[in-house]
Amino acid sequence: MVDFLVFVILPYLALVVAIGGTIWRYASNQFTFSSVSSQFLEGRKLFWGSVPWHYGIIAILIGHGIGIVFPSAIKAFNGVPVRLYILEGTGLALGLLVLAGLVFFLVRRGTDPRVRAVTSRMDLVLLIVLLLQVVTGVTIAILYRWGSAWFASTAAPYFWSLATLSPDLAYMTTLPLLVKIHAVNAFVLVGLFPFTRLVHMVAIPFAYLWRPYQVVMWQRRTQRQ
Amino acid sequence: MDVRAQLSTVFHLDKCIGCHTCSIACKNLWTSREGTEYMWWNNVETKPGTGYPTLWEDQEKYHGGWELKGKNLKPRVGRRLGILTSMFYNPYLPSMDDYYEPFTYRYDHLFNAAPGDDQPTARPVSMVSGQYMDIEAGPNWDDDMSGSSVYARNDINLNSLSDQEREWLFRIEQMVFFYVPRICNHCLNPGCLGVCPSGAIYKRGEDGIVLISQEKCRGWRFCVSGCPYKKAYYNWKTGKSEKCILCYPRVETGQAPGCFHSCAGRIRYIGVLLYDADRIEEVATAPEADLVAAQRSLILDPKDPAVIAAAKQNGITEEWIAAAQRSPIYRFVKEWELALPLHPEFRTLPMLFYVPPLSPMTASMKDGKYDLAAEFEDCVQASRAPVKYLASLFAAGNEATIRNVLGKLWAIRNYHRAITVGSNGSAPAEEILGKAGCTAEQARQIARLISIPRFEDRFVLPPYRREQAVQEVVEPLKHRGQTGFGLTAPPRRGP
Ligand code: SF4
Repeated sequence: MVDFLVFVILPYLALVVAIGGTIWRYASNQFTFSSVSSQFLEGRKLFWGSVPWHYGIIAILIGHGIGIVFPSAIKAFNGVPVRLYILEGTGLALGLLVLAGLVFFLVRRGTDPRVRAVTSRMDLVLLIVLLLQVVTGVTIAILYRWGSAWFASTAAPYFWSLATLSPDLAYMTTLPLLVKIHAVNAFVLVGLFPFTRLVHMVAIPFAYLWRPYQVVMWQRRTQRQ
Repeated sequence: MDVRAQLSTVFHLDKCIGCHTCSIACKNLWTSREGTEYMWWNNVETKPGTGYPTLWEDQEKYHGGWELKGKNLKPRVGRRLGILTSMFYNPYLPSMDDYYEPFTYRYDHLFNAAPGDDQPTARPVSMVSGQYMDIEAGPNWDDDMSGSSVYARNDINLNSLSDQEREWLFRIEQMVFFYVPRICNHCLNPGCLGVCPSGAIYKRGEDGIVLISQEKCRGWRFCVSGCPYKKAYYNWKTGKSEKCILCYPRVETGQAPGCFHSCAGRIRYIGVLLYDADRIEEVATAPEADLVAAQRSLILDPKDPAVIAAAKQNGITEEWIAAAQRSPIYRFVKEWELALPLHPEFRTLPMLFYVPPLSPMTASMKDGKYDLAAEFEDCVQASRAPVKYLASLFAAGNEATIRNVLGKLWAIRNYHRAITVGSNGSAPAEEILGKAGCTAEQARQIARLISIPRFEDRFVLPPYRREQAVQEVVEPLKHRGQTGFGLTAPPRRGP
């Protein structure tokens, strides 16, 4: 019953809340979309938090994504043991990098008086949820060896079953508790998305790569270069 | 020819008395909110000095503005991909300490302190963290500190001087300083705009005012780096960047911007310039020494029939053209060639121009007597503020440009002195005037506009007819509920 709640109801609920909430927030108050960066107030400690965190977490998310979308490719890749070791080693290293970044974030938020002044309750909630996620992730990587292998035959098909609207609990129920926590916490994160600073992720300005440097706006003619 | 109009400005530095009335007017109007305490959209700094934020002119430190790479312009802070990949941590972002940490005092302590042996004091507290702090800098911290080894001597424009010239400048009887009031230049090739990843910054087509959309800004903070004048500020509370808006709600209704209106020295002029937008890139990439002349050539003669025809074709109204024809800016910048852009070498084509200041004559103490140095050929050379120094500020190092301007200003002063109290000998005033490239008629006009201009001479604002422009887009009645800055919810920081 609990499994059904957290592995069938929760993921769908989280997704609906995330998408609906983000659209609602964007439509009702775009002003709140910002990186709400505090680099201006404190930069040195931020460097050690922000750079490892962002590069690390992007790589890890891409890794998870590939595992879900191309599980067979991962299995084939892992066929040669050396490759498996390299993949696992990289994953663990990235996990530790991200963890280090997160710890820097937490210490900075907690100790720098200026940064504390711009820390909301939601920021703290988010940091704690993220910490739980990263700690469980890193522990799983250490305790349950060759995650990149079993991920492809458990989590990947589970996500596919979710995506095809025929959720199959069987893949998840047998997994260790730690892995379950990691998954449930991930859904919580997704659900929290629209209510936190995470929304800056949907604001990444890729369009800048193609935009001309100068922008001129006219009252009547809408835009002219 | 792609004719556009620009609301443009001139500051006449000789008249600035450094009273900061302008800054206060601006602060009261726009930046008295939380998160903006440290911002001075208008600030007045003492030169020589390090300015606000400290050493803002040093682009080795802040990487603002554009640099020439071959024939192309590149934002100093990075190209597009470089910017996108350094968004997590912008290595060149100034920190609050480069400006100052805003503070107030615990005044309540004076009344509420527990009885004791000592007088209670009002200790300073940070307006960011609310904690007690030691004040290390504040607004105009280096005001009038022209001899200071901490401020004046670290002015990077002094790098153009030799060691000897520098020592000369800092001798006590040689002391010289002047004020440079600074607002956003509303550039033709804005550095802030070029590096804004979100595309939140835009230049208004009709009048050239550069604005940051508060709705579209995502707080990536590159404008703060990209603006070489450090006139884009990050609001640490809302997580959005803000800048001088040239008081557009005022100018749209025919009033001069707050700082202009309140200026006690009446140093400020505002009016329309017509320019050729097709040539922006060509001018911005001109060789350094030619930058001032190139920018001047971009400005079009509003009385030229060809320009008028092209302007009308671009939708510029008769009224705006008429305003351009009466523009004091056109006269100062183009006709008289007296006003110069600040640091043209940043290549943003700033549209705020400065009439550089005359300074007292160089003198020295000889046998206990104050001796006007006679070894100089002319007043310009004898100016206490060295031509090289001014050239570094206003002409990208081109000394001839400064010499021309100062020569003209001296000649005009001399001419008027001759009219009012009689000639002081040597050459006839008209002859000196002629050599400086100025006619007697021009000299009279210049003196008039400099010394006794009325409100309507200083501020020649075109009618915006905003209400008509609005009518074309929205129902007037519907628009009534949308006036102001168009925010639909209070501008609060997101969770
Ligand atoms: S109000 Fe005018 S005179 Fe006074 S500091 Fe500002 S610009 Fe100078």
